[in-house]
Amino acid sequence: MSKLRTRLLTGIAAVGLSTVAVSAETIRWGGSTDLNSLDPYSYGSTFTLSFLNHVYEGLVRYDADLEIEPALAESWEIISDSVWRFHLREGVTFHNGADFTAEDVLASLTRVSHEDSPLRGNLPAYVSAEVVDDYTIDINLNGAYPLLLNDLTNIFIFDADWLRDNGAELPTDVAAGVEGYATFNANGTGPFVIEERVPDSRTEMVVNPGWWDTPVHNVSRIEFTPIQSAATRVAALLSGEIDFVEGAPIQDLPRLQAAPNVEVIEGSSLRTIMFGFNRQPNLADGRENPFNDSRLRWAIAHAIDVALIRDRVMRGSSRVAGTLIAPQIPGYTEELDEPIPFDLERAQELIAEVGAEGLAFELSCAFDLWVNEEEICSAVISMLTRAGLAPALDIAPRAVISPKMTNGQSDMFIFGWANEPMLDSFSILLQAVHSASGNGGVFNWGGWHYPEWDDLIQRAAVELDRDTRLGYQTEVLRQAREEMLFVPLHQQPMAWAVSDRVEYVLQQADNKPRHWLTRMAD
Amino acid sequence: MIVFLIKRLANAALVMLVVALMAFMIFRFVGDPVELMVNEQTTQAERDALRSRLGLDQPVMVQYARFVLNAMQGDFGISYRNQQSVMALIAERFPATMELVLLATLISLVVGVPLGVITAIHRGRWFSESLQFLSIIGVSLPSFVIGILLILVFAVSLGWLPAFGRGEVVQLGWWSTGLLTHSGRMAIILPAVALSFYQITLVMRLVRAEMLEVLRSDFVKFARARGVPARLIHYRHALRNCLMPVVTMTAMNIGALIAFALVTETVFQWPGMGLLFIQAVTFADIPVMAAYLVIVSFIFVALNTIVDIAYAIIDPRLRDANG
Repeated sequence: MSKLRTRLLTGIAAVGLSTVAVSAETIRWGGSTDLNSLDPYSYGSTFTLSFLNHVYEGLVRYDADLEIEPALAESWEIISDSVWRFHLREGVTFHNGADFTAEDVLASLTRVSHEDSPLRGNLPAYVSAEVVDDYTIDINLNGAYPLLLNDLTNIFIFDADWLRDNGAELPTDVAAGVEGYATFNANGTGPFVIEERVPDSRTEMVVNPGWWDTPVHNVSRIEFTPIQSAATRVAALLSGEIDFVEGAPIQDLPRLQAAPNVEVIEGSSLRTIMFGFNRQPNLADGRENPFNDSRLRWAIAHAIDVALIRDRVMRGSSRVAGTLIAPQIPGYTEELDEPIPFDLERAQELIAEVGAEGLAFELSCAFDLWVNEEEICSAVISMLTRAGLAPALDIAPRAVISPKMTNGQSDMFIFGWANEPMLDSFSILLQAVHSASGNGGVFNWGGWHYPEWDDLIQRAAVELDRDTRLGYQTEVLRQAREEMLFVPLHQQPMAWAVSDRVEYVLQQADNKPRHWLTRMAD
Repeated sequence: MIVFLIKRLANAALVMLVVALMAFMIFRFVGDPVELMVNEQTTQAERDALRSRLGLDQPVMVQYARFVLNAMQGDFGISYRNQQSVMALIAERFPATMELVLLATLISLVVGVPLGVITAIHRGRWFSESLQFLSIIGVSLPSFVIGILLILVFAVSLGWLPAFGRGEVVQLGWWSTGLLTHSGRMAIILPAVALSFYQITLVMRLVRAEMLEVLRSDFVKFARARGVPARLIHYRHALRNCLMPVVTMTAMNIGALIAFALVTETVFQWPGMGLLFIQAVTFADIPVMAAYLVIVSFIFVALNTIVDIAYAIIDPRLRDANG
């Protein structure tokens, strides 16, 4: 091929094919999906928010070790149980030149907590805010809430005057049928400025020379193109048309690793995949619900060979899990992360004890919402059949299967949780383990209700001492494992691929690209 | 002729209404857009409130009636995914798809017609038979396989052409064209070729079949007897008679090409209507899906009407029957 290529290159020169001159500090990013809009308060797609973090910033942010550090706020203190005071950074300007003051924080918090805001649930404890002076603001909560900082990492700050001048003080309401100004225009404090946005085609950002932080990056321009077809994305990287891919398909990793001009960066993400069960008195078809017997749930746990799934389905790239959270999440203990041993005889014993031989039920999964989801579910179906049950695979596109799962109509379902953006086990405990009452259990699809756990979780919700709080949370996780509430599977792998024009890019377990830390080769 | 046109317009309107009705009946099965639109922590009460604000809890006929009433005023609503006006979205994407489809049709005619003539004239020769055999590949290989193969050969191995995207485009009022810039011209080659494979085969075989029949007719015999050069017989006289069915089929197949373009657009990340529709289906973006189906059905009807009018112009016998 190389001889042919040399001969043809002279032909190319003659034909006059232009090579687009790419400056050394431009990174061309081929995304697996496009961002929904330029408005960080539009419906909370994690990818959109991580992209817009290049343009907008919050009061605090996560550092390289996923610890919270100051961003637009320099320091904070808890004045009373439900009031936090933030001291803001001085000398910060927005991309349009306006100064950053407490008024901007107030306008942003008001906009995100409005009843029409899709991101309202990201700041559940918020009641109101008061400007104390230009660089001090008090945030009033509905009670003691230890995780305010975690929530604030994802609440990005707008310029109050810009919102007012462009009629964007209220969040964009899709139901009203009105386009919002912030959907197509951006004005933040971040390290990059949006230069051009063509939805589904490309988004271009240039570096912000007036950024308040000390740049460690030498990226001066980011050209983002969504390339949804995985094969095309890989081809574009191999042909040198793009430099960075944040969603390298698992099956193409060996090919990418073998290519001389491509480097693959792999890791284990925060997202844990597990299986949940219907726990109402009856199943959706009216039969008495056998999954309420914990012996059957343990039998299923023993029947699934997680190591085999890792080796064959995930091609060795996932991390087997024994608990519902990843190691980086506060509340994690190693003793709870002991993988459930694969024991087919024990599983068959338990199934016989419960009298569930030949039990027919459905496992609900979507195509490709999680990595290799379809293959995982097919493998689990065979494993459970081998143990003596009679499961059937109920698989459909995400838009179709999601309502079924969330409405508690699935017998057994696949479930994934990353604990983002909170990065604390309180996230899964409140959203999924808590019963569906009050402010909790929005993701309690099976309808389980354990009063002792609810009590512990509600105590953790207002416990400001971190160790005590984590103690409660770990206790709930321990009891949840004894009860086999969810059958844990693994932490999802994440794979990025870069061309040789990129010298260094930081990959953290939350799988979010942060190009203000990226260095291009000279 | 006027009566004919009016009847056809009424026909088009009826077709669009029926398509929209069927679309709305299908939308019950595409899933719940609210689930995909809200943040993880949204409560059930808030989801229900959003659902009723969007009108998604209404019965199918009510939603359909509202859609039709709004559509007649030119308002197709706002996309749930992009939060952009649907009409604007489709208008933005329409030129990309049309350019791709028209170029693919052009390629299929430019390549398919001469190939069809050659295989007809030199029937039984080795290159005719191998061309026929190769053409089977064109019909049997799925278009995304052809697309990926082209990308692998021309973009990855040879590095001649871009693997994705439309390149630089120039805005001419409402239309955006990639044909005026170098990168745009380079970018349209692979997708158009991938899209045209199927059509080339059809055109080639149709021309071949027609030519074989025409070559047996009397006037060709007489022309040969008269000593008219073979080239003139084949390309001036015989080919003319073959072209009408080819034109008919091509015009009507433009509609099918728009449908096939969906796959090609996904492979090449071509920002056209097909890619928009696929994304809308994945996201249960009902306004975009409804608008797309209505507009595509209009295109089909319009094409059929143009073909019928062309027939009436060409063939006087049809004129009297309709006029």
